[in-house]
Amino acid sequence: MSQSSAAAAVSTAGEARPAASAARRGFANPRGSLLANELATMFRRNRNLVLLAALALIPVALGVALKVTTRHHGQGAGGFLAQVSNNGLFLVFAALSLTLPIFLPMALGVVAGDSISGEAAQGTLRYLLVAPAGRVRLLAVKAVSLVVFCLVATAVVAGAALLTGLALFPVGPVTLLSGDSIGMGAALVKALWITLLVAASLLGLAAVGLFFSTLTDTPIAAMAVATGVTIMCGILQAIPQLASIQPWLYTYQWSSYADLLRDPVYLANIERNLLIQLGYVAVFGSAAWARLSTRDVTS
Amino acid sequence: MSEHSSPAAAQGGGTTALRAPQGAVAAIATDGLSKRYRGGQLAVDGLDLRVPQGSVFGFLGPNGSGKTTTIRMLLGLISPTAGGARLFDEPVDAAHVGTLTRVGALIEGPAHYPYLTGRANLARYDAADRTAEPATRSVRIDRALEQVGLANAAEKKAKAYSLGMKQRLGLASALLQPRDLLILDEPTNGLDPQGMREIRTLITSLAAQGTTIFLSSHLLDEIEQVCTDVAIMSRGRLVTQGSVAELREGLKARLAVTTPDTAEAAAVLKEQGGQDVRVDGERVDCDAAAGLGPETVCAALVGAGVRVRAFGVERPSLEDAFVALTGEGFDVAE
Repeated sequence: MSQSSAAAAVSTAGEARPAASAARRGFANPRGSLLANELATMFRRNRNLVLLAALALIPVALGVALKVTTRHHGQGAGGFLAQVSNNGLFLVFAALSLTLPIFLPMALGVVAGDSISGEAAQGTLRYLLVAPAGRVRLLAVKAVSLVVFCLVATAVVAGAALLTGLALFPVGPVTLLSGDSIGMGAALVKALWITLLVAASLLGLAAVGLFFSTLTDTPIAAMAVATGVTIMCGILQAIPQLASIQPWLYTYQWSSYADLLRDPVYLANIERNLLIQLGYVAVFGSAAWARLSTRDVTS
Repeated sequence: MSEHSSPAAAQGGGTTALRAPQGAVAAIATDGLSKRYRGGQLAVDGLDLRVPQGSVFGFLGPNGSGKTTTIRMLLGLISPTAGGARLFDEPVDAAHVGTLTRVGALIEGPAHYPYLTGRANLARYDAADRTAEPATRSVRIDRALEQVGLANAAEKKAKAYSLGMKQRLGLASALLQPRDLLILDEPTNGLDPQGMREIRTLITSLAAQGTTIFLSSHLLDEIEQVCTDVAIMSRGRLVTQGSVAELREGLKARLAVTTPDTAEAAAVLKEQGGQDVRVDGERVDCDAAAGLGPETVCAALVGAGVRVRAFGVERPSLEDAFVALTGEGFDVAE
């Protein structure tokens, strides 16, 4: 503060009319202001609302389908799906396991790929930068808003699944994968943790999408890469000969969240997953920073 | 905050080379500013620009002469391949943008979020400036909208705006705060004649309040109407810079007569001491030298029986100055 008032005093003496703006520099400005605006803009945009609505529809459709066909569902069907008709809470786990491989990454790929390239294509990037937003600050705001989007998108799936499950199926104590049984309250807490873990599983992809978004002024290109890269990871994981590179893919431990449904919780794969995501965030986050902080903005 | 508070130091020991002649810090000073794009094309070549504070500075040049590249470098959007730029004696580049809070800019046309209202667009740009006071945001937005005549369209989505309205909204975002410098790239693009007049009036009134205006345009009339100083770009190089008056001084006014009797008129002009007499169709002209009183010449013409249809002294326009300086027309550089 003292620094800037000194600056104000000197510049009044030296320049024609700088007093007003020099004094302005002293204002305390909440750091979150651009972030708050970014989030409001993100969740006001029709495209993003449609994406979230589509995500919410998936568990509803799944629940309805299971309800209608429940009689034909024998003991044969495995995993969470088989359990849904006995306990609605399992719809949360079933919906997350269904959306994590494709739908969540696609929605995130669209938003992440668009984050910087969309601003560039619109021309708004140059105006944000001369505002001046600061390149690093802008990137940080975009990154945090993507984290929020991961959380919100996952929460939308889990929330819609929970409501659908409660509405269509009986609920009761949950039988864990390890065979023990836990009460409703404890199961809801587990569902919350699983939602958080699934959201965290998406962070690596968010960083990849953000990076590609800084490379181009064509949002559709960045979106295509960001959504396609998950599919590619899925393919690479299906080829046994590539076992040596598979542990490096961000999808490698995506199913580890299910380990939360064991008692005691088996943490090794969950930790592994978080570590992979952290690695992707570090590598692609730095790459995005390196790119955006030096690139020529000609759009 | 620290990046905003350097002017004290910069002014104390600033290099004299970067100062305007009158001793004040130049609003814009560039030093050998150059940009070579990756294709090898030299878009801007060794620009030494001095924009004095308080001036209305016209930045003139045909399309493709490097004006926009220069403006982007001034604002830290693209990095120069050589040289540098200072605004109010503070460096501006990708990492040093603190000074830009004193600068409002319109760069290569306006850009907005089509799905946001005019007001929400301005709020977003205002939020991007970390020195902008959120408490006064809505008041400042209202005033900026008022200034550009958009108050009635504030709640409309930007995608419903006409080109002229978008241009006005772009100007409004440059006016969200009291600025010390406005960098306006073709600010009257897309506006109807009435809108152009309004914007010129706005620019003049802002200049009267002490804001330095850096106005890039390919419209010579526009520059001639509002600017006190001018720089002329051609093919990436700065051809000249100075006050509009200085620039015109370099060119001689012409004494011109329109008549069907061209041969006689030419003879009379020569007889009166006119230099460089030229005949072009029905027009005969010569240099308007100091000793050549228009009233005397006119009387002599009439006395010699020349049928005078029009007669007068023609002051050179900026366009003449441009052509004289660059030896080329005011067309797109190839």
